[in-house]
Amino acid sequence: MAFEQVAASALCTFAKLLTGVRAVWIGSAPDARQRVYYANHRSHGDFVLIWASLPPQLRRRTRPVAGADYWLVGSLRPYIANRVFRGVLVDRCPHPGRPSPVDQMRDALAAGDSLIIFPEGTRNLGDGVLPFKSGLYHLARAYPEAELIPVWIENLGRVMPKGALVPVPLLCSLTFGQALSCMPEESKAAFLDRARAALLALAPPAE
Amino acid sequence: MNPTDTLILVFGGIMAFLTLASAIGMVLKYRLASDASPAVVDNLNTRIKAWWAMILLLGVAIWLGKAGMVMLFAFISFQCLREFVSLTYTRVGDHHALQWSFFFFLPLQYFLIAIDWYGLFSILIPVYAFLLLPIWASLGSDTTRFLERAAKVQWGLMICVYCLSHVPALLTLDIIGYAGRNTLLVVFLVLTVQSSDVFQYVWGKLLGKHKISSSISPSKTVEGLIGGVLTSTMVGAAFWWMTPFNLWQAALIALTINVMGFFGGFVLSAIKRDRGVKDWGTMIEGHGGMLDRVDSISFSAPIFFHIVRYWWVP
Repeated sequence: MAFEQVAASALCTFAKLLTGVRAVWIGSAPDARQRVYYANHRSHGDFVLIWASLPPQLRRRTRPVAGADYWLVGSLRPYIANRVFRGVLVDRCPHPGRPSPVDQMRDALAAGDSLIIFPEGTRNLGDGVLPFKSGLYHLARAYPEAELIPVWIENLGRVMPKGALVPVPLLCSLTFGQALSCMPEESKAAFLDRARAALLALAPPAE
Repeated sequence: MNPTDTLILVFGGIMAFLTLASAIGMVLKYRLASDASPAVVDNLNTRIKAWWAMILLLGVAIWLGKAGMVMLFAFISFQCLREFVSLTYTRVGDHHALQWSFFFFLPLQYFLIAIDWYGLFSILIPVYAFLLLPIWASLGSDTTRFLERAAKVQWGLMICVYCLSHVPALLTLDIIGYAGRNTLLVVFLVLTVQSSDVFQYVWGKLLGKHKISSSISPSKTVEGLIGGVLTSTMVGAAFWWMTPFNLWQAALIALTINVMGFFGGFVLSAIKRDRGVKDWGTMIEGHGGMLDRVDSISFSAPIFFHIVRYWWVP
C-alpha cells in the first residue's frame, strides 16, 4: 500500500475517533453513483469528515474541492491536499488565462470522480448557512449527470473552530439528504435558494 | 469471606442472572419470531448483550484495582461530557472553557481521587471550575446568551465529571474494620442502582399503565417506579453482608440511592426532551448513549459517598 493511502486511513481513523462521527443517510444511500456532495462549512476538517464517512470504495473516487490559497501554502498542506486526498484545488480569485474553478470541477467529474464542495465559499463563523456562491449552479449546468447531495455537518465547527489549535472532542454527525438537480429553465437565484434550503432542512431545529 | 471471594461470588451471580436473561431473551425471540412487537424483544436482547459487555468491563476494572476503577470512570466521564456538550448550545467563545473542562478539570479530578486528596477533589469543580470557566468564557468577548452558556458548561461538568467521580472516590474512604473491602461498596452502589433501572424497565413493561409525566418520558410509569425501586431496595438489602451496614441500614440506603437514581434519569430526560432527542448518544447499543446508562449513578453516587463518609468514617 502506498504511503499516501496509509496517511489517508490514519487521518480518517483520527477524525472518526475524535468526533465519534455518525453518518445518517436519510434521503439517499451510499451508492457508487457519481455525485457532488455539498455541505455547510465551519472547519477545515469538514471535507475530511465527509470523506472519512464514505465507504472506502466510494472514498477512493471522491475528491474534495478546496481553496488553493490555503492548501498550497508550505510543504505539508499541498502534500496532504494533492496526494493524500487527491483534492481539486481551485483558485478562489481566478485569473484570466487559467482554468476557472467550474472548469476544474467539471474536468474532475468528467474523469469519473465525485466531488465534495462547500458552496458558502468560506468558513461560516456564525450559526446557520451563508448565501451560496454561484459555483454550484454553474457546475450543475456544466455537468448535469452528477447527483447533488446536501450534507449537513453538525458540531464540527465547535470541535475545531477557526483559529483554535486544540480540538474539543464533541460528537459530530453527518446527515446526507435527497439528491437534487438543476431544473431546465430554473434561474440561478432560484436554484441556489432551493439547494440551500435543502441543506438547511437537514439541520437539527435551531435553538 | 475475603473480598476476592465475595467479588467472585457476586460476579458469578450476576453472570448467572445474565445467562438466565439471555436465555429468556432467546426464548422470547423464538416464540415471537412471527408474532407482533418483535422490536421490543430485539431491543431487550441488544440491551442484555450490552449488559454482558458492561459487566465484563467493570469486572476488568475491579481486577486492575484502584487505578483500573479510576481510569474506567474517567473514561465514562469523558464520554458523558462529550455527549452532554454535543447537545448543548455553545459558541466559539466557549472553546477555551471547553478545552479546560475536557483536558484539565476532568483528568485533574480523577488524579486527585487517585492520590486520595479529598480536600481538593471535593471542591475542585464546585469552586475552582465554577469561577475560572466563566472567566475564560468572558475572554471570548461574546455576550450572546452568556449566563446560559456558562451555566450549561458548569452543569455538564458537575453531572458528568464531579458526580460520577464519587464512584471511584468510594475507594478512598477509611472505614473501621472494612479495610481492603471498599471495592464492595462500589459493587453495592452500581448493582443496586443499575438493578433499579432494570427492574423499573421490567415492571414498567409488565404492568406499566400510569405515566409519571408524558411530557418528560413516555416509558417511565408509576408502576415501574414503585416496583423497580422496591425490588432493587430488596436487592440492596440482600447484599448487606458485603457492606459495613446492617440489614435495615442497607435497605434504607438502597432506597435512598434508588430514588435519587430514578430522579437522575428523570431530570436528564427533561433535558433530552427539551433538546428534542430520545437518547444522549449511540455508544451503547440498545441503551443509547453513555449518559443514558449512568444518569442514575450520577445522581446517587455523591449522596451515597457522603452518607457513608458521614456515618461510617471516623
